[in-house]
Amino acid sequence: MQTVLSIAIDALAYGMVLFVISIGLSVTMGLMRVVNLAHGAFAMIGGYIASYAARDLGLAYGFAVLLAIFGTIVIAVPIERLLYRRIYGAPELTQVLMTIGITFCIIGIANYVFGPTLKTVPLPSELQGSVDLGFRAIATHRIFAIVCGLAVAAGLWYAIEKTAFGVKLRASVDNAAMAAALGVRTEIVYAVSFAVAVGLAAFGGVVGAELLPVEPYYALRYMVTFLVVVSVGGAGSIPGALVACLLLGAIDTTGRYLMPEFGEFFFYLAVIAIICVFPRGLAGRAKG
Amino acid sequence: MKRMILAAIAALAMSGAAYADTIKIGVVGPFSGPFALQGKNFKAGIDAYMALNGSKVGDDDIEIIYRDVPQADPAQAKALAQELVVKEGVQYLAGFYFTPDAMAVTPLLTQANVPLVIMNAATSAIVTKSPLVVRTSFTTWQTSTPIAKVAKDAGVSKVISVVSDYGPGVDAENAFKAGFEAAGGQVVEAIRMPLATNDFSPIMQRIKDSGAEGVFAFLPSGPTTLGFVKAFKENGLKDGGIKFFAPGDLTQESDLPALGEAALGIQTTFHYAVSHDSPENKAFVEAAGKAIGNPAELSFPSVGAYDGMHVIYKMIEATGGEQDAAKAVEAVKGLSWTSPRGPVTIDPESRHITQNIYLREVAKADDGTYYNKEIQTFEKQGDPGLAALK
Repeated sequence: MQTVLSIAIDALAYGMVLFVISIGLSVTMGLMRVVNLAHGAFAMIGGYIASYAARDLGLAYGFAVLLAIFGTIVIAVPIERLLYRRIYGAPELTQVLMTIGITFCIIGIANYVFGPTLKTVPLPSELQGSVDLGFRAIATHRIFAIVCGLAVAAGLWYAIEKTAFGVKLRASVDNAAMAAALGVRTEIVYAVSFAVAVGLAAFGGVVGAELLPVEPYYALRYMVTFLVVVSVGGAGSIPGALVACLLLGAIDTTGRYLMPEFGEFFFYLAVIAIICVFPRGLAGRAKG
Repeated sequence: MKRMILAAIAALAMSGAAYADTIKIGVVGPFSGPFALQGKNFKAGIDAYMALNGSKVGDDDIEIIYRDVPQADPAQAKALAQELVVKEGVQYLAGFYFTPDAMAVTPLLTQANVPLVIMNAATSAIVTKSPLVVRTSFTTWQTSTPIAKVAKDAGVSKVISVVSDYGPGVDAENAFKAGFEAAGGQVVEAIRMPLATNDFSPIMQRIKDSGAEGVFAFLPSGPTTLGFVKAFKENGLKDGGIKFFAPGDLTQESDLPALGEAALGIQTTFHYAVSHDSPENKAFVEAAGKAIGNPAELSFPSVGAYDGMHVIYKMIEATGGEQDAAKAVEAVKGLSWTSPRGPVTIDPESRHITQNIYLREVAKADDGTYYNKEIQTFEKQGDPGLAALK
C-alpha cells in the first residue's frame, strides 16, 4: 500500500512538471496553429536566465523566475515579429522547418555563450530538502511544481474561457478575417498569446530544471515528450493537457518502477492506444 | 639516362621522409553536439601535450587533423577515418569517444597501415579487433571492479545494481557483480533503466523496497547523472543510510559544480581525478586548462588524449617518421611512463593501459568548489574485462 501511494505521488509530481513545461506548446499549437518546435529552446532560455540570475548575480529565486519569464519574452517578441508572423497559417512543413532552424540557432548560441556544461537553478532554502509525508520523503520543490502546475492550469483556463481577451483569441483563431472585420486587432492578439506561451515555456524551464537540467541540448532532448503531451491531450485544451500529463506521468512512473528494463515501452504503447481511440487527443476539438 | 633520372627521383622521394616531413595525425571525436565537451577535452589534452613537448618529433613536424562525429555513428566514423587515411594521408588515427565508432574503424587499420590510438572508448573488446589498436584511456570493467571491494570493505553485503541500459552500463553491472560476488557479497537485484530516464523517483522506490544496504550505479555523465544523484538525496535514501558506489563517470569534474551538495560524500573509483597530487599532473592541468579556456570544463578524456599523444610521439620516434604501423605498435608494447594520472604501462599482451585506479570521495574545497578527493589507490590494475570476454 505504501508503495502504491508512493508511486502515485511520484506520478503526480512528474505529471505536473510535464504539464507546466508543455502547456505553452499546447497554446501555440492548438490556439495559434503553429507547430512550434522551438518551444524547448524557449524553455531552455528561461532556464539559462534564471540560472545566471540566481547563481552568478545572486538574485533571489522569485526574482530570478520573473526575470527568466520576462527576459525570455523580450528575446522572443522580436523573433515573433520577424519570423513567426510569416508562418501563421502556413503549411505545417514550413512551420516545422522554420522552428527547427530557430532551435538549432538557439542551441548554437547557448553553447557558445554558456558553454556545454550543466547549469542548475539554485533553490531558495525553503524549497530545498525534503518533506516527510509519514510514509516517505518527497522533495519540497516537487510540491512547489505541483502547486505551480495547478495555478497555471487554473489561470490559463480562466483567461481563455472567461475573459474578453480569451474570446478575442478564440475568435481570431477560428476566423482571423472575420475577427479583424469586427474590430479585433488580431496581430496584437497573436503577439500577446505568443508572449504568454513563451513566458509559460520559460516558467516551465525554470520550475522543471531540477528534473530536466539545463544544458544546450535541452532544446531538442525533451521536445518529443512535450509534443506527445500536446497530441495526447489535444492541442489547445487546458483540461486535456492536464489529464494527459497525469495519465502519462502515472503510466511512465509505474512502468519504470515495475519493469524498468522495458524502458519507454509502456509510455509509447499508451500514447499509441490513446491516439488510436482519440485521433485529436483526449480533449481535441474538430478542426473548423 | 632516363633510368638514372628516375632512380634519382626515387631515391629523393625515399630519403625525403628522413628529414623535415610533416606527419599527420587524424583525430576523430565529438567536437560539436551534446558531447562537444568531451571533444573539447580531447583537444585540450592534445594541445597541452604539444605545448609541453613541442610540435616536432626529431625533424618531423606534427600536424593534427580533427574530424567531428557528434554522436555515436559508426558509419560516419568509418567514412571519416577512410577520408583521413586516403585523402589527408594521415599516419596515425586517434581519438574516438564512443565504442561503436572505434569498432567500425578497426577493420581499416591493417590495409591502411595505420595504428589506432584510442583516447576514450571504454569497452574491453575493442583492442581484440585489430593488433594495431592501442588504448590510453580505461575500460568500464577496469574502473568498476575495484569499487566492489570498496563496498565489501565498507561492511556492505547486499547491494542493488542500477545501470543505464546500454553497452557500458551492462559492462559496469557485470564488472561489479563479478567483483562483489568474488568478495563474498550479494547483488540482490540488477535494474537496467532506459537511457532517456528523466524522473528517477520510481527507481529510488525500487532501491528502497529491495532492502539493499548499498547501491551500485552507472549512468553516462551529463544530465541524467544529475537527476539520479539528486533523486537519491531528495527521496531520503542518502539520509536513510544507503551507501552509494559508482565508477567515476558519475562525478566527472565538469559536472561537479551542478551536482554540488547532492554529490558530497559519494565514493567512486576511477583512473583520473583532476585534483591528483603530482608534479606531472600540476603541469598538465595548467597547460590543459589554458588550452580549454575554462579550467572548470577539464575532465577525464583530456588525460586519455594527453597520454595518447605520448604514445604516438614514441611511435614516431621508433619508426623515424616512416609509415610502419606494425613496428610503431611493437615499439610501445610494454612502454612505461609517468602520466598525469600516475604510473602507467601499455600492457604488451592486450595493448591496453595498465594503471592505478583511485578511490575518491566528492569533497568541498576551501573556496567552496567541489572536487574528487583521492583516498585510496589500487595499484597497477589491468583490464579484467578482457578475461571475462574469453
